[in-house]
Amino acid sequence: MRRIGLSVAAMLMALAVAPAAFAQAREVVIGVLYPMTGPSAQIGIDARNIINVAVDIVNNGANINLPLAKSKGLPRLGGAKVRVVFVDHQGSAALGQSEAERLITQEKVHALLGAYQSAVTTTASQVAERMGIPFVNADSSSPALTERGFKWFFRTSPHDGHFSQVMFEFMQDFEKKRSIKFKSVAILNEDTTFGTDSSKVQEELAKKYGYEVVAKIPFRTGTTSLDAEVGRLKGANADVFLPSLYTSDAILLTRTARNLDYNPKLIIAQDAGYTDPKFVTEMGKQAEAALTRAPFALDLAARKPLIPVVDEMFKKVGGGRDLADVSARAFTGFMTLVDAINRAGSTDPAAIQKALRETNIPADQLIMPWTGVKFDEKGQNIGVRAILQQLQGGSYQTVYPFELAAKDVVYPIPAWSQRR
Amino acid sequence: MFHIPSSEMLIQGILSGILMGCLYALIAAGLSLIFGLMEIVNFAHGEFLMLGMYTTFWMYALFHLDPLLSVPISAAALFLLGWLTYKSIIRRILGGPMLAQIFATFGLGIFLRAAAQFLWTPDFRQISDPWVQGPVRILGVSVGKPQLVASVACLLAFGFLYWFITKTETGMALEATAQDRQAAALMGINTERMLTLGWGIGSACVGVAAAFLASFFYVFPYVGSLFALIAFVTVALGGFGSIPGSLVAGVIIGVIEVLGGILIAPAFKYVAVFGLYLVVVLVRPQGLFGKF
Repeated sequence: MRRIGLSVAAMLMALAVAPAAFAQAREVVIGVLYPMTGPSAQIGIDARNIINVAVDIVNNGANINLPLAKSKGLPRLGGAKVRVVFVDHQGSAALGQSEAERLITQEKVHALLGAYQSAVTTTASQVAERMGIPFVNADSSSPALTERGFKWFFRTSPHDGHFSQVMFEFMQDFEKKRSIKFKSVAILNEDTTFGTDSSKVQEELAKKYGYEVVAKIPFRTGTTSLDAEVGRLKGANADVFLPSLYTSDAILLTRTARNLDYNPKLIIAQDAGYTDPKFVTEMGKQAEAALTRAPFALDLAARKPLIPVVDEMFKKVGGGRDLADVSARAFTGFMTLVDAINRAGSTDPAAIQKALRETNIPADQLIMPWTGVKFDEKGQNIGVRAILQQLQGGSYQTVYPFELAAKDVVYPIPAWSQRR
Repeated sequence: MFHIPSSEMLIQGILSGILMGCLYALIAAGLSLIFGLMEIVNFAHGEFLMLGMYTTFWMYALFHLDPLLSVPISAAALFLLGWLTYKSIIRRILGGPMLAQIFATFGLGIFLRAAAQFLWTPDFRQISDPWVQGPVRILGVSVGKPQLVASVACLLAFGFLYWFITKTETGMALEATAQDRQAAALMGINTERMLTLGWGIGSACVGVAAAFLASFFYVFPYVGSLFALIAFVTVALGGFGSIPGSLVAGVIIGVIEVLGGILIAPAFKYVAVFGLYLVVVLVRPQGLFGKF
């Protein structure tokens, strides 16, 4: 009798709650900022495609091992659907700022996601902070972004501090493993927020780890010629070469290095251009044996059954392109945000902010090689882990940390004269 | 602040600068020719370059035609584009206000860029295996073979252009139209035909440069804007309307760019280029070889 009474009470409670839930069954609107024209357009288009996949998973359900794929819409908001408003900021910090403002005031978005280039993320997230709207960043790596004391800014991805740290840890481990000694590093960086901050961190870390920085060369991104820069690098002749470049610059650098016969023994790139799928297919042969830090690795599929499933879905809308670094991170950032909105059970910005703070996504629900998603008080995900990959035979193979490695490191990089 | 380079690095820099400068010069020549003829700045010039590069790329991707063989095709395609642009747009705004002229070509540029992204995606594309590739050693330093071939070809193109303008009847008619359109018309020159031809030839120059550039530079819808700025500076430095001026200015800019990068710091290479430009504009506003 008591048990029946309890279950009746539970049913009544459920009925009482249901209308309230239905009353909430409205839309959740998320503003998404990416560069969809301009030099990094393909990156933004890939991000848009993967986010459309994510929206489809959340709104229509899918047979995959993600909590939000089990139901249609957001269960805690009475099955509310997610609608995304995409905005093209063209890689311009000024446009990113004004578009973020428009999304909040005109489109009435409940949260923002974006914006790839660190320079744009900086300005767009300032608007969100001022207006009290949660801003999730999936893919900008400038360490300064989470040092601004912002209350509404959350970054799921590792930043260049984590990334650069792993580079130097690798160099030391590798020295021990092969009984060699690196003495000097050369840094080449494009001159927007991404490259500048990355080079700053690398310079600091080089000092800390006891390497001499023999060249630190910034240049204007999208330049027509890198002859002077490569000339300088050749003169500096460092043991390890550390470039931080977007795609176009990475292509130009590789071609110029070949023409001017610049042969660094070890290249460790700061992601970006080096992991653009187009760079890999077009320049794979010439950039052979370059290392890059990466937050994502397709060859981890064996350990992460989610990767091939999401990759398949992405291929269908992405014109046959594989998931890559930025698309994988955009997916993760977007899912983190939607998960928080669902847990908030409301579209109230403060409730979403609170839910984001309480985020705790375990590793098995991620397509990234991280230990999870959990934000510190600065809004930085502390579950991140960076890996290093090397181009071997035209595709990237995980080579570090050594316990995750699929292949051994090829060292030194063969000189241009010894290839083909 | 100054960096003392080795003599090898210095030779390398000067050589690289000259090679790249020849290409800058040919890109600028088309712009200069059109300006000299009718005092219109073609703000879609960079996009013309981009279309020439795509022509070369697609010839390679679809028909396996090497960039060297695509040179006449790219030149012809761009000639047609220039001709069409004049007939459909420029002719109508020749007498219009200055702003209309600026916005017409500016708008055309944006249209072409957007169309290219729509049709061919913003991916970076490259000619992965051209006949001419890899480095070659000159004076003890290494330079790219494609750059070397491109610069020699640019010099030949300049020679041809100069011969055409100064020695052939059509060329002289072009020159006459540039000097005084009404007087030329009174002498029985079909100035309308000359203006069309000027746009065709000006664009074809870019087509030639584009084919060579595509053999070693990546192609994407925005590639034109990288080179257009340098082309504008080259034209202003060399003197609006002067073909030899373009050549000299292009090479100067190419060398200053690399040397500025090597001697001071790569971040300052454009400071050196634009600094020189400012000095020339202040001291000699008509440019090195300008007549105006």
